[in-house]
Amino acid sequence: MKTHQRRLLWIAATLLIVLIWTFYSANGPQTTAVLAGTVRAATLLALGAMCGMIGERSGVVNIGIEGQFLMSAFFAFTVTSITGSLFMGAMAGIATGLTMGWMLAAMAVGLKVDQIIAGTVLNIGALGLTSFFYDRSRSLGVSKYTNIDLGALADLPLVGTVFFSRPPITYLTMALLVIVHIALFRSVWGMRTRAIGEHPGAADTVGIDVLRLRYLNVTLAGGFAGLGGSYLALEAVGTFSRAMSGGRGFLALAVMIFGRRNPFGAYAAALFFGFTTALQNHFQLNSVFDIPPQFVGMLPFVVTIIVVALSGLMGSMRDPAALGQTYEKG
Amino acid sequence: MSRSILRSVAVPLAAVILGLLIGAILIVSQNASPITAYSSLLQGGLGDGDALLRTLQKATPLIFGGLAVAFAFKAGLFNIGGQGQLLVGAVFAAAVGFGVDGLPMFIHLPAALIAGALAGAIWGGIAGALKATTGAHEVIVTIMLNFVGGNLTDWLSANPWKDNSGNNIVARTPLVEDSATIPTFGAIPVGFLLAVLTAAGCWMILERTTYGFEVRSVGQNRNAAHYAGIKVGWIMASTMAVAGMLAALGGAVESLGVDGRFEAGVNVGLGFEGITIALLARANPLGVIPAALLVGLMEAGASRMQFKAGVAPELIDVIQALILFFVAAPMIVRWLLRMRQGDSEQLRLGAGWGNS
Amino acid sequence: MTDLLLAARNVTKRFPGVLANDDISVELKPGRILALLGENGAGKSTLVNVLFGMYRPDGGQIIIKDEVVDLHGPDDAISRGIGMVHQHFQLVPPMRVVENIVLGAEPTKRGLVDLDEARLRVVELSERYGLEVDPDALVEDLPVGMQQRVEILKALYRNADVLILDEPTGVLTPQEADHLLTVLRGLTETGVGIVFITHKLREVLAIADDIVVLREGRVVGTTTPEQATESGLAEMMVGRSVVLRVEKSTAQPGDVVLQVDDLKVNDNRGQLAVDGVSLQVRAGEIVGVAGVEGNGQRELVEAITGLRHVAAGAMAIAGKPLTNNSTRQIAENDVGHIPEDREKHGIIAAYSLAENSVLNRYHRPPFSSRGIMRREVIYEHAQSVVEEFDVRTPSVTVAASSLSGGNKQKLIVGREFSSHIKLLVAAQPTRGIDIGAIEFIHRRIVEQRDKGAAVLLVSAELDEILSLADRVAVLYDGKLVDVLDANVATREKVGLLMAGITD
Repeated sequence: MKTHQRRLLWIAATLLIVLIWTFYSANGPQTTAVLAGTVRAATLLALGAMCGMIGERSGVVNIGIEGQFLMSAFFAFTVTSITGSLFMGAMAGIATGLTMGWMLAAMAVGLKVDQIIAGTVLNIGALGLTSFFYDRSRSLGVSKYTNIDLGALADLPLVGTVFFSRPPITYLTMALLVIVHIALFRSVWGMRTRAIGEHPGAADTVGIDVLRLRYLNVTLAGGFAGLGGSYLALEAVGTFSRAMSGGRGFLALAVMIFGRRNPFGAYAAALFFGFTTALQNHFQLNSVFDIPPQFVGMLPFVVTIIVVALSGLMGSMRDPAALGQTYEKG
Repeated sequence: MSRSILRSVAVPLAAVILGLLIGAILIVSQNASPITAYSSLLQGGLGDGDALLRTLQKATPLIFGGLAVAFAFKAGLFNIGGQGQLLVGAVFAAAVGFGVDGLPMFIHLPAALIAGALAGAIWGGIAGALKATTGAHEVIVTIMLNFVGGNLTDWLSANPWKDNSGNNIVARTPLVEDSATIPTFGAIPVGFLLAVLTAAGCWMILERTTYGFEVRSVGQNRNAAHYAGIKVGWIMASTMAVAGMLAALGGAVESLGVDGRFEAGVNVGLGFEGITIALLARANPLGVIPAALLVGLMEAGASRMQFKAGVAPELIDVIQALILFFVAAPMIVRWLLRMRQGDSEQLRLGAGWGNS
Repeated sequence: MTDLLLAARNVTKRFPGVLANDDISVELKPGRILALLGENGAGKSTLVNVLFGMYRPDGGQIIIKDEVVDLHGPDDAISRGIGMVHQHFQLVPPMRVVENIVLGAEPTKRGLVDLDEARLRVVELSERYGLEVDPDALVEDLPVGMQQRVEILKALYRNADVLILDEPTGVLTPQEADHLLTVLRGLTETGVGIVFITHKLREVLAIADDIVVLREGRVVGTTTPEQATESGLAEMMVGRSVVLRVEKSTAQPGDVVLQVDDLKVNDNRGQLAVDGVSLQVRAGEIVGVAGVEGNGQRELVEAITGLRHVAAGAMAIAGKPLTNNSTRQIAENDVGHIPEDREKHGIIAAYSLAENSVLNRYHRPPFSSRGIMRREVIYEHAQSVVEEFDVRTPSVTVAASSLSGGNKQKLIVGREFSSHIKLLVAAQPTRGIDIGAIEFIHRRIVEQRDKGAAVLLVSAELDEILSLADRVAVLYDGKLVDVLDANVATREKVGLLMAGITD
């Protein structure tokens, strides 16, 4: 990152902290609620973004994250409902995500189906199957994942509630940010992954099996989306409803682009988007200003359009060179 | 000539059959009989004059939806915004339909249709213009616009354009005037005829005009098109606008014909069905017609299937997803049929994801 | 002491419809340089890919260090000491030099990549062999000559005993090429064996110890530089005596058609690629622009044909100012353009020959009227182009993708030549096509000149320029360093100018 960009970032961060402190002093509980809601919404988006970036860094586009969220949420919910165990349900969700990742890999990498079409197949399939098998009468059976206080840290004002008093999957997501970052930028796997997304030919000639690595990565990435689905059903909402992913799988892609396809950038972008969602919920509950709920509901989507358009204009947010292209040997 | 038609329908046809077969397995999993289910499905869609009418009515917005995706495909663009485009088309057509009175039908009806078409053209055109100027991928933008369109039309039909007659609390517009209602000539719904004519028109434009030549050139090889002097950005923007207009017409026809008004929450999911239909038709506008009839048949017969065989109508969605899968992965089908790959115009969209 | 470092014995390799390698035997001994000579499609790249493990031979054996081996892939070959430097560099542009070198053979420490260790080794190697590079530079920021060093270091990092170089000097100036040959000689002194693929006769005679000539998949001659002559080698390469220079009458230049004044054009990264070029091309003359690729030729041609924005300066055709006009506006001033990359800009592969034949004029009568395309007219036009320009095809309705490279180029040439042209801009017009098509296209270009067209010929093949041009211009680092009359433009003089050396 260039020096002047870094400086801008520090200035922005400082301004942000000042702003938050001002609001907190004015109205503590509301600020805390909105910020906590921000982190809640951001977790799902961050998981989706990590799913997307592992695939895209390898050169494979995944627009099926929405379907992966939905299907994983469905299985997480159903398995918990049947077994009474949140853990089993979470595992089921992750497994679903991995399976759907595998399907995307099989279609896009194995069968050389166009990657966008393959992702759309996942989305339509997930919507159809979950609607077909959805049993309205079923309920979770147990209470959803609750907050775990991290000792003394949880007692800190504002940050305590927002960051250190969260349910388990939220913590897991934050840990994954660090793990994925190290893996992507310091490990052998990460270097090879980035290579195949930029210049698969170069990787091929040094003996890296491009197709196999893409297959592996796309499948693995699905696990993140699967965790996201589990989070949605078992931690954020506590039940399943038709089409409950609500477009957030697509928002995750915008988060990924905005965050320059790396975990910490994506989390920052996710927090930003999460903030607009939290704000929307807040307005709907409090009716502070007289804005119709439908317009507030539009906000994340309009912001996404602006973000995607701007990132196109600011060419510095550049895509992996081989993104979206099927790789043919030699 | 007939041999090449046979080859081009082989894969879609096989995809449909495979989808129905797997659907049969799912039916059995619900303790129902596939034979009862499928025969009642057929009856519900073709059994009598009423059924046939229902099928044609269901097929009408599907034709428009399929065209909306297929036309964009020809330029190498993926229009997933059919849903939002359809909704804005429907609501604006309804608005002109109920908001104005005293006009004779030959003015009012076209005006309402045009209003809807324009709304859709704008909705699609936004995505196209953004793609042309900023490189923003149309997949994300059109999906976002779906949600924005959904929210916008919800608000419109619940506030300024709400039907406040009687005790109505539902978000919907008042009924459109008779002078804006699409007539039926006996048993034939005019909307369906309009759809078929539109499909034929799309085909003519794409295959016989210079504009169509330019659209297909951009879709096949953007660089060569640019070098040949074609304004690639303009083609992208206009193609998305046309695609949006096509989907919107589908919505407009629904509002002014079958529904008689715009109601929020109705006609959900038609956007995605357009994708299945366009892929089944291999992006050929004329092929959209039989594909839409097939899906329309399934939808028309779905309630009868539920009634007679006890199978949930969502099965239709699942079967569609399966058909889409098999159409999108033709290698599976080809392997099953022992066919070889043809070298006709390919559908390649993923390569345009980056800002190149 | 190894006798045979690398050898192919009766190697045969088939692809669908093509016998790429037919019973080929070659031998490389330690410390020697073997040159594989042949034109495009002779089978050199295929042979070398077989030796490198990318392809499995259908017949014959591969021998590495006196042992018969069965290679399972490139990593197998690499582990046995075979290193390959590809014609088109296989480097990851946004990654650093050191990362590119160790990719696939990464040193690790505690599970993570150990770049410090890698860096040390890279520096050591680069100093030992005279291949200086900055290990932390991003490959995309490096000039082409440096990138090639990285490629070579990649092989040396893996302890290669054999280095295979595929057309290594195509993108180098003559001076950089000389440096490369010195580096290679230095490597042979350590016992490394080198296989050098080229189609450049001069280099073969300068560097090789042994020469093997391939044609149509077979070995047609084995010789040494002492025994061979340029024309003898060329004849072996193509199988008949080749006109190394096109016969043409002296030019009779008329009025100025293309006038370029102090043109400045930026490349894709915003850097100045064309730096104040002024040039004139008159009717009835061929001006050849020589230069190593990457010195602004592409940007110059794109600016002239309207594909790229002109930052400063002016351009006029037949007196009409046309700076920054669209491609279509420029083309409508009777300008024909043979594009450098025919697959990218010249044809649409999925379209029929007929549709491709009107790609430049589909919007005008007689091919369309009032927005409707006139298919019969287009069909007939395509038929006449195909006949007149010897395009080998079963019909004009098949997809253009079915044509060979040479025939595609002939189609493009035919399309551009089928209307009256005042100015012809030809960029790399005979790249990657067979000798017969090359001769055909050269003759037609001279024909256009004799009809009074002004021709701007841009080519990286110096021989093509020297053969066709009436005046030779040299582009170096975005500047036009000199324009010489053909009769004083010798290879040596032009070569020096291409490296920026003006006297």
